[in-house]
Amino acid sequence: MAFIPHTADDVAGMLDVIGAESIDDLFDEIPRDLRAAALDVPQAMGEMEVGRLLTERAASDGRPLNFIGAGAYEHHIPAPVWAITTRGEFYSAYTPYQAEASQGTLQLIYEYQSMICALTGMEVSNASLYDGASALAEACLMAVRANRAANSRRILLPRTVNPTYAQVAKSIAGNQGIVFETVDFDRSAGRTLLESLQPYTGQDVTALVVQQPNFFGNLEEADQLTDWAHQNKILMIAVVNPISLALLSAPGQWGSRIGGNPGADIVCGEGQPLGVPLAAGGPYFGFMATRMQYVRQMPGRIVGRTVDAEGRPGFSLTLQAREQHIRRSKATSNICTNQGLLVTAATLYMSLLGSEGLSRVAAASLQRTADLVARLSGIAGVKPAFTAPRFHEAVLLLDRPVAPVLAALTRRGIFGGLDLTDRYPELNHALLVCATETKLDADINAYAVALTDIMKPSRAAA
Amino acid sequence: MSNIPSDLRYTKSHEWVRRQQNGTVEIGISDHAQSALGDLVFVEVPEAGRALRAGEACAVVESVKAASDVYSPVSGKVIAGNAALASQPELLNQDPYGAGWLFRVQTNSPLDEAALMSAADYAKYLADEAG
Repeated sequence: MAFIPHTADDVAGMLDVIGAESIDDLFDEIPRDLRAAALDVPQAMGEMEVGRLLTERAASDGRPLNFIGAGAYEHHIPAPVWAITTRGEFYSAYTPYQAEASQGTLQLIYEYQSMICALTGMEVSNASLYDGASALAEACLMAVRANRAANSRRILLPRTVNPTYAQVAKSIAGNQGIVFETVDFDRSAGRTLLESLQPYTGQDVTALVVQQPNFFGNLEEADQLTDWAHQNKILMIAVVNPISLALLSAPGQWGSRIGGNPGADIVCGEGQPLGVPLAAGGPYFGFMATRMQYVRQMPGRIVGRTVDAEGRPGFSLTLQAREQHIRRSKATSNICTNQGLLVTAATLYMSLLGSEGLSRVAAASLQRTADLVARLSGIAGVKPAFTAPRFHEAVLLLDRPVAPVLAALTRRGIFGGLDLTDRYPELNHALLVCATETKLDADINAYAVALTDIMKPSRAAA
Repeated sequence: MSNIPSDLRYTKSHEWVRRQQNGTVEIGISDHAQSALGDLVFVEVPEAGRALRAGEACAVVESVKAASDVYSPVSGKVIAGNAALASQPELLNQDPYGAGWLFRVQTNSPLDEAALMSAADYAKYLADEAG
């Protein structure tokens, strides 16, 4: 089947049928003053000019040594991942779902779902969502549908959750009647304390969100927090880094499980670390998994394995009745799709690394960050902010404003981390740093040497 | 021609209401509705104790081709949901007025007779809708 846009004749024919003069007439209902003015975009350019412009722009990026994490992580991506992902069979502007024509794509998504279930310790995964932040928003909406013991639509959102995720969850779910209660963190450990949840004990609360490792890179006491949530009939939403799950306990196993309490109820997160390169604005992908008990409340597409009329195995979309093309405004979500191409890359990445490879990436990243923190903390005016155990990120406190220090590092070709001043002003000159397996001893040394120089007392006044 | 028992009341959204003793009512969906939906694969009923307002969506019936909300024709408190439907949704196809009931409500006000149809009116309503 050819996908050819309408010709001028097609358009004229259709306008004639509905009795409109022009396509613009179709927008008559929208008042003039609400329409966008002429867009301020440059004139069209030829291929040669565009090529030259982009080459110049790319050169201006340089080849910085990157120590920024904060939700998007630089990992080595084996060459076959994108060589296979960009093959014509997978490389499509739209994910094809027709079971009769798309068994390969559907099987790949099914394998992806199985891998996400294995990593998270959950029973069912969807085919992915837009990104980690919108996955959390969807998880909050899902929790309201799933937790029938709660009527409050109140969700506890610790400040140790990525502030961007919190913002997205608030703008998507906050306008649908969900109230977010902010939970503060312990200043010395850098994680959420059980005590800070006590005011909500016995209250009508829908869900508790826990990010593991948290935004500061610290490990939350997930078992305790999960037990508390379940004792209070509160659903547990886990936001996790998929790479970390190669070392940390799967959310499905969180908690003491006394009295049959299962682990987390909904697990979501950002899939970018699994084979997706860093890019401003993405595209990345979100993942989401849950227990079978809540499968009908989970948004998005799900691929299932089945048999055809002759008993042969095959794959098709399943549980379609929850979705917007059938349930319209009552669908589990009207703003989600899956990110087929990124899921393809992630599935290949996980397949190529295997569980042992993933564990090595996670262990190396943890070790690199430990090395980085040890080196940088030896510099006068630099110290670790928190005492909790970490994965592959850490907050450092400087004795002076962070922005000028980062600017000086950038001039030396080093992206030194994320300045937390705007997000956590009370931490006073806090810098979030990350080192994955991509950083060598020489890289960490280069950072330490540059920072030592920049932090010299003689420069402090400047 | 679908089965429309004469001792029940019906809504335009195809629920039926059976009056029981002490101001309680039993609610389900009509034979016409189950037949239009086709083979049901999942039924979600409200939990006991839930307060309902008349017209509120409180149950979901999902077939192989559609999922629809079921609206409570009455206000009151849910006494029971039909737990058997969780594992045997086909009961609703087989016996929509009996074993396929959805939920029971303790009403807190008299039934709004104007909003409910007799069997004869419902039969006429279906005929007009098909018309």
